[in-house]
Amino acid sequence: MKFTLSWLKDHLETDASLAEIVERLTAIGLEVEHVDDKAGLKPFVIAKVLTAVQHQDADRLRVLTVDTGNGKPPVQVVCGAPNARAGMIGAFAAPGTYIPGIDVTLSVGKIRGVESHGMMCSERELELSDEHSGIIDLPEDAPVGTSFAAYAHLDDPVIEINLTPNRPDAASVYGIARDLAASGLGRLKTAPVEAIPGKGATPVKVTIEAPELCPGFALRLVRGVKNGPSPKWLQQRLIAIGLRPISALVDITNYVTFDRGRPLHVFDAKKVAGNLVVRRAKDGEKVRALDGREYTLTPEMCVIADDNGVESIAGIMGGEHSGCDENTTDVLIESALWDPITTARTGRALGIITDARYRFERGVDPEFMVPGVELATRLVLDFCGGTPSEIEAAGYAGHKPMVVSFPLSEVKRLTGIEVPKEEVLDILTRLGFEPQGSGEVVKVTVPSWRPDIDGKADLVEEVMRIHGVDNILAQPLTSHDAVNGKILTTLQVRTRAAKRALAVRGMMEAVTWSFIPAKHAELFGGGQTALKLANPIAADMSDMRPSLLPGLIAAAQRNADRGIGDVALFEVSGTYEGDAPEQQRRVAAGVRRGTAKLEGSGRSWAGNAGPVGVFDAKADAIAALEACGAPVDRLQIEPGGPAWYHPGRSGTIKLGPKTVLGTFGEFHPKTLDGLDASGPICGFEVFVDAVPEPKAKPTRTKPKLELSPFQAVKRDFAFVVDRTVEAGTLVRAALAADKKLVTGVSVFDVFEGASLGEAKKSIAIEVSIQPVEKTLTDEDFEALAKRIVENVNKQTGGVLRA
Amino acid sequence: MGAVRPNEESFAVNATAGNLEALEASLLAEIAAASDEAAIEAVRVSALGKKGSVSEMLKTLGAMSAEERQVKGPAINGLKNRVTEALTQRKAELKDVAIAARLAAEKVDVTLPVRQSPAERGRIHPISQVIDEIAAIFGDLGFSIAEGPDIETDHYNFTALNFPEGHPAREMHDTFFFQPDEKGERKLLRTHTSPVQIRTMERQKPPIRIVIPGKTYRQDSDATHSPMFHQVEGLVIDKTANIANMKWVLEEFCKAFFEVPSVKMRFRPSFFPFTEPSLEVDIQCDRSRPGEVRFGEGSDWMEILGCGMVHPNVLRYGGLDPDEYQGFAWGMGIDRIAMLKYGMPDLRAFFDADVRWLTHYGFRPLDLPTLFGGLST
Repeated sequence: MKFTLSWLKDHLETDASLAEIVERLTAIGLEVEHVDDKAGLKPFVIAKVLTAVQHQDADRLRVLTVDTGNGKPPVQVVCGAPNARAGMIGAFAAPGTYIPGIDVTLSVGKIRGVESHGMMCSERELELSDEHSGIIDLPEDAPVGTSFAAYAHLDDPVIEINLTPNRPDAASVYGIARDLAASGLGRLKTAPVEAIPGKGATPVKVTIEAPELCPGFALRLVRGVKNGPSPKWLQQRLIAIGLRPISALVDITNYVTFDRGRPLHVFDAKKVAGNLVVRRAKDGEKVRALDGREYTLTPEMCVIADDNGVESIAGIMGGEHSGCDENTTDVLIESALWDPITTARTGRALGIITDARYRFERGVDPEFMVPGVELATRLVLDFCGGTPSEIEAAGYAGHKPMVVSFPLSEVKRLTGIEVPKEEVLDILTRLGFEPQGSGEVVKVTVPSWRPDIDGKADLVEEVMRIHGVDNILAQPLTSHDAVNGKILTTLQVRTRAAKRALAVRGMMEAVTWSFIPAKHAELFGGGQTALKLANPIAADMSDMRPSLLPGLIAAAQRNADRGIGDVALFEVSGTYEGDAPEQQRRVAAGVRRGTAKLEGSGRSWAGNAGPVGVFDAKADAIAALEACGAPVDRLQIEPGGPAWYHPGRSGTIKLGPKTVLGTFGEFHPKTLDGLDASGPICGFEVFVDAVPEPKAKPTRTKPKLELSPFQAVKRDFAFVVDRTVEAGTLVRAALAADKKLVTGVSVFDVFEGASLGEAKKSIAIEVSIQPVEKTLTDEDFEALAKRIVENVNKQTGGVLRA
Repeated sequence: MGAVRPNEESFAVNATAGNLEALEASLLAEIAAASDEAAIEAVRVSALGKKGSVSEMLKTLGAMSAEERQVKGPAINGLKNRVTEALTQRKAELKDVAIAARLAAEKVDVTLPVRQSPAERGRIHPISQVIDEIAAIFGDLGFSIAEGPDIETDHYNFTALNFPEGHPAREMHDTFFFQPDEKGERKLLRTHTSPVQIRTMERQKPPIRIVIPGKTYRQDSDATHSPMFHQVEGLVIDKTANIANMKWVLEEFCKAFFEVPSVKMRFRPSFFPFTEPSLEVDIQCDRSRPGEVRFGEGSDWMEILGCGMVHPNVLRYGGLDPDEYQGFAWGMGIDRIAMLKYGMPDLRAFFDADVRWLTHYGFRPLDLPTLFGGLST
């Protein structure tokens, strides 16, 4: 919403400065977004070119003598404008003046040997327009020596406020003046709109066939008008707020729209055939609107039609056919009420944004429907002459005001400050509310221009914003025993821990899009209809991700394409198995690419990092699970993972037979092809939300530490097993051989060779043994070794290597 | 050591003073000449071994008269002690030389680079870091952290938050929708974190003090708008919470978050469907230095958040009586306050996973924001 200072002062009697007005507007909720006060144009004066002669050394330059008025001697100016000539009047800048359009402060200078004491300016140099074909050429009667800005009506500051959608009343200069006056910054000029008696009934009748879309419609004919340009002052105001003056009749509708928040439409009465009817559009009905475009309508939209068909899209834009032009002699002025929701939907569906739609969809003042016609009539008569008919009004049953029961204590309850009762009532009254009653609860009648007010909290806001938000001083929030529980949920603690644990492993946290290309989603088991966006922002951001991996692999590839191929990325975030809340999973995932190993990447004098692989991913996955509090010693690793992994170089991490905690591995070549990515690359996913909740502990005391006084020892065993035997099985068998004495088993060598036999391999383990009751004798060791060998043999078929 | 017994058989050495002197001189010379441990050992054996020259001398003492022994004894023993000492000393010298030689041989070029620790290489994304900072600040104020789903219903995202059907405020949200289901209902991506207000009220009776960080989505994309972004929302509901309290909470937060001792805030009346009264908050800052924003000083204002008293209709939708309970809520962009605090120029870079950007703007894994250790270091 834009307006000028002088326009505001049509309605507000005030001595306040521009700065005070701007500050107050923001303070009362009408946030000032921009002020264009053209202060920079103040130094420019109107000057007359006395003589213009060719520059002796430059074909395109002329040397002017310029009269800058006020009895000062003429000054010499070198000028390159082709239109500079003796006798012309233009805008002059003296040395020292800042020229905004070229960002230069003038000084006295010599141009091709001739001194120049100033500049005659073009519109572009003054940032008035892009016009730069010549200097400004003013009419002969322009007063030399006076302010150019004042002469050109550019000294009227333009204020733009960022209007919140709840304030249609402030979509008018009058409404803004009312708010400012209520806040004590002047007096609202409240002269009522003059009623103009008409001669005879309006010959065009109105039938409202869709009263649910049109609660009121007023119409008046003015015969014998002459539709020329509107007066200069009105044009200046429209230009100042960014509108193009068209003709007096059209400019009047725009003026009343901004002045009073009352959109109007004018029909050329001679082009209207028969009577008007307000109805729903027929399906597929077409209309060419004033913007010259043809729109196809639906029955959800409301139109004004005559015998010719649709003449106007209700509340949004008139039709081209019956629009007014310079030949219009009889004009029909329409002022109507339109259903806000229908107006909003129609405007959105047709993609039309107009000042009328803006106001109707927020809600105009129904009580100003008829005064709107009267005000427009006054202006039409003033500018164009003519004879008005009586106003034809249909449908309007009068405004039933909202009455709010308002306990005055609400102000203190919600804001925390005490505002005296008299002030509360005074603020409401100045805003146009009518409080009644003398007790602690008053009945407040809401003015017709405030459709946003429907409860006592709204009235508190009115009091607060006019009383001044700055008057509310901060008061500490007292601590509340009942809310001092856990700050983070287990899932949040685990999410945080997983992030830190993976970052500590040299990985970088990425945040990738929740929506990915359909093709990528399908590769990772997604792509179902319920998870497809109906209106994606781009075709490749269409499907909610079933996995974090496609986004991470693509991100790693982007880095590789930038020349950084060794990257380790992770993300801990949501994936989507369906559109229900419980189908949003919390997943920690990561990828390593190139040689981005835990210990570092690339070549080094101390040893080069090799390509990443399944075991890097496995280590990351287990580290993430450990950080999430999963019982790492009870995890089972099953060979193979989902289809997007390399079938022989992937695994699934389980806890018990049913709970899948994660997957890891290298990727299937087809997966990488589908993602336009290349390896070496590995990755993992860990389901943070699948890790069982920790058991509630009655105490934080740790179990007592039992330290054996006996020396721990290590023994090596090498077994020959079938190639298909999993090392994990063998390790478990060794561990299980004596749960008391065997405290750890590590695999230190695995190899295959012809010497071992067909399809055999050797697995060498180191067994850690911790005696607990006594030092073990040779016989004890023998017996233990025997148990280990036997159990391994039983579980894997392996035999001790000779 | 036991007494040395006289050895009659080998009584061949004549321990004259001259002999002793000659022997000592020769032994000391040998010791001095010994160049390694083996040579030293050979000298020791030749002198102090069972048949060693000094040992033989000592054996002669047994056959001497008491008077003679009184003279010779100390002389021979003195010889023995001096030789022993010389041996020990030479041995230590040789050991030092050997160690020095070994150390010299073991010298390496310590300027060779070592690999950076993984904990120094890894990075936490600024969004996660800022969420942790927010949790640290509000946790201390008695808030807990709540979350909710990204895929929401129209009810939770709009209706229950008092967005009337067809209201322009609803349109301003540029919502992402999913295809309608059999019943014609269409899910959407939440346009703000506010649905969690309703979900929390449904689950938990007041008093409520929660902070809700999370992903939000709007169909909008340019340098300052991203179709996916992050918001943090706060909600306080009890029987007394008011705007004065809200001002305090937000001032405490801004001071703590921007790590300045004081900060001026400007509260402006505004409009949000789910709060009444509603306010927008600007924070004092200095933007005179290019590419840098300083908070708590300067004369510029920067909008950072919206807030207000929870609208009575929202309380009703949450199952609470607005005449019994009241409270306030606020919301702000996590990405935005991260950009303001840490000076990241372009929102789109947040979601690109460019490791150069992450290395520069990301945080080290062990930089854990705490109130006692400072939010940022």
